[in-house]
Amino acid sequence: MKGFIPIIVVIAVLAAVPLIVQSNATLNFLVVALMIALAGQGWNILGGYAGQYSFGHAAFFGTGAYVTAILQMHYGVNAWFGFGAGILCGAALGGVIGALTFRSGLRGSYFALVTLAFAEVLRIIASVAPITGAGVGTLIKLDLGARAFQFQSRAAFYWVILALLGLSLVIARLIEQSRFGAWLIAVRENEDAAKTLGVDASSVKTAAMVISGSMTAAAGCFYAQYFLFVDSGIAYGTWISIEALLTPIIGGVGTVFGPLLGALAVRLLGEGAKLVTGDVPGLDLILYGGVLVLVIWFTPRGLIGGCGQIRQWLMRRNAPGGPSVIEAGHG
Amino acid sequence: MLSPVILIPAILNGLLMGAVYALVALGLTLIYGVLHIINFAHGALLSAALFAAFFAFRLFGLDPYAAVFLIAPLFYALGYALQRFVIGPASHGDDRNMLLVTLGIAVVIENMLLFAFRADTRTIDVPYAFETINFGFTFLAVPRVVGFAAVFAVALALWLIMTFTDTGRAIRAVAKERFGAQLVGIDVAHVYAVTFGLGSACVAIAACLLIPTYYVNPTVGNAFVLIAFTIVVLGGMGSVPGAVIGALLIGVVESLSGLFLGESLGQIGIFIIFIVVLLVRPSGLFGARA
Repeated sequence: MKGFIPIIVVIAVLAAVPLIVQSNATLNFLVVALMIALAGQGWNILGGYAGQYSFGHAAFFGTGAYVTAILQMHYGVNAWFGFGAGILCGAALGGVIGALTFRSGLRGSYFALVTLAFAEVLRIIASVAPITGAGVGTLIKLDLGARAFQFQSRAAFYWVILALLGLSLVIARLIEQSRFGAWLIAVRENEDAAKTLGVDASSVKTAAMVISGSMTAAAGCFYAQYFLFVDSGIAYGTWISIEALLTPIIGGVGTVFGPLLGALAVRLLGEGAKLVTGDVPGLDLILYGGVLVLVIWFTPRGLIGGCGQIRQWLMRRNAPGGPSVIEAGHG
Repeated sequence: MLSPVILIPAILNGLLMGAVYALVALGLTLIYGVLHIINFAHGALLSAALFAAFFAFRLFGLDPYAAVFLIAPLFYALGYALQRFVIGPASHGDDRNMLLVTLGIAVVIENMLLFAFRADTRTIDVPYAFETINFGFTFLAVPRVVGFAAVFAVALALWLIMTFTDTGRAIRAVAKERFGAQLVGIDVAHVYAVTFGLGSACVAIAACLLIPTYYVNPTVGNAFVLIAFTIVVLGGMGSVPGAVIGALLIGVVESLSGLFLGESLGQIGIFIIFIVVLLVRPSGLFGARA
């Protein structure tokens, strides 16, 4: 139970935000950041814990978004069921891609490539298939009301995405504490050694991909309900593949809070850049790419790992035998 | 529809386009063969090289075929510096980090181009862009024939460098056994950077061959690189002859599927080949079993 207290505290603090902050712009910023954090948490389960770096998580995000939108618009399915179906489809897609790639023993560069290719194939199909609205995209009809999963107030959307994110944090913590989590980490650290010890590496990785796919798909479903519009460039675009991997890596890869911290940091950086220079295309992504390289360079374990590095450095300074205690007191 | 009058030119054009793909793929396969990572910045470098060729023509009136001799060394230096001073130190020798760093560099380069030149698509007008050679049974565009010849010249030059120079021997040694190479006194970081530089120079040459008949915008490289990934996987990662043969094959497949399926579905054909090859035979047609 001990490991869950930080999650409860963080979610409780975040849940209080709309009671204090009324500004729509701030809430909108937070909603998008939490949505990216959820997508990133999905990536983190597979990339952070199992060590399989996917470059195409847009495949899951887009599938969630399209399934939610299409079920409502073409089949008159209730939005909440559409949302659930989107998550299930993301999980199924994760199972299919995982089974195909891990059974053929693809890892490292090859795995990154094949996930990228899956996302691209889906993007091309979505940009020509009639059911997705092809190049035009799919609009969800405005139908305000909790029954249709559409809310007048930003705060309601905020609490929905926060609840989903909280659930993903709990799942990540449960995985961390379970035997399954230990298998994932064993596969990440040394797949051959893990296999020798009897871990069924490809099944374990596929299971991680199912969970991963469903989380990122949930973020996609939420996107569709929040913006009420999906097209192939948004749903299956590279931007979401990049943000999904960027957030856990910047926050702290393979940690429960990494994606949340990373998403807030990345989004703040992007907004800050826009404030300084106006809405110039490309600038926020230049910063994201630069930060990605710098984080890997200087704090390979992200912001969370960076805090640990600073603490260690301080402790070393304070430790006997290191630089004198008096000097550290001045610094 | 299946008449040879349409089919033969389609196949020939596919082969000519495949030759340019081969150049992009050569750089990629060279880097993979030595560093054992996929360079995700390859597409962004191609876009940057296309811009370089574009501005060399627009600002200085430099013909793209002459600009090769300026832009290729420039990109060699750029690639060398990127690997030596950014990718190498930043990734701490971890393959996964290296992938992410190249992805980060790709995002930076692509968006710097977008930031500087906006998303506009630009073209240049060279007098020979629409000239054709009459082969009796069909006409072929001059720039494409030049490109086709240049690819074989570059492949030959690469082979000569790899076989007969000390640098080439060092590269091959590092590709085979990094620690052994280090033990006999080869500077591995330098060899990595040289390889990355050569790969980038290939991209620069491809850009100069493409620009007379193609267009440039900040994301144009991505389309090529996804095709180049397919070629490299098809030919076997790290295999130079595999890259050339795979590229010609893909060029023909693209041309024929474009003819029969239309423009956008033609692209899917390539990706499906890609995924199937990766799943069924990830070592490719010519690669050693991984």
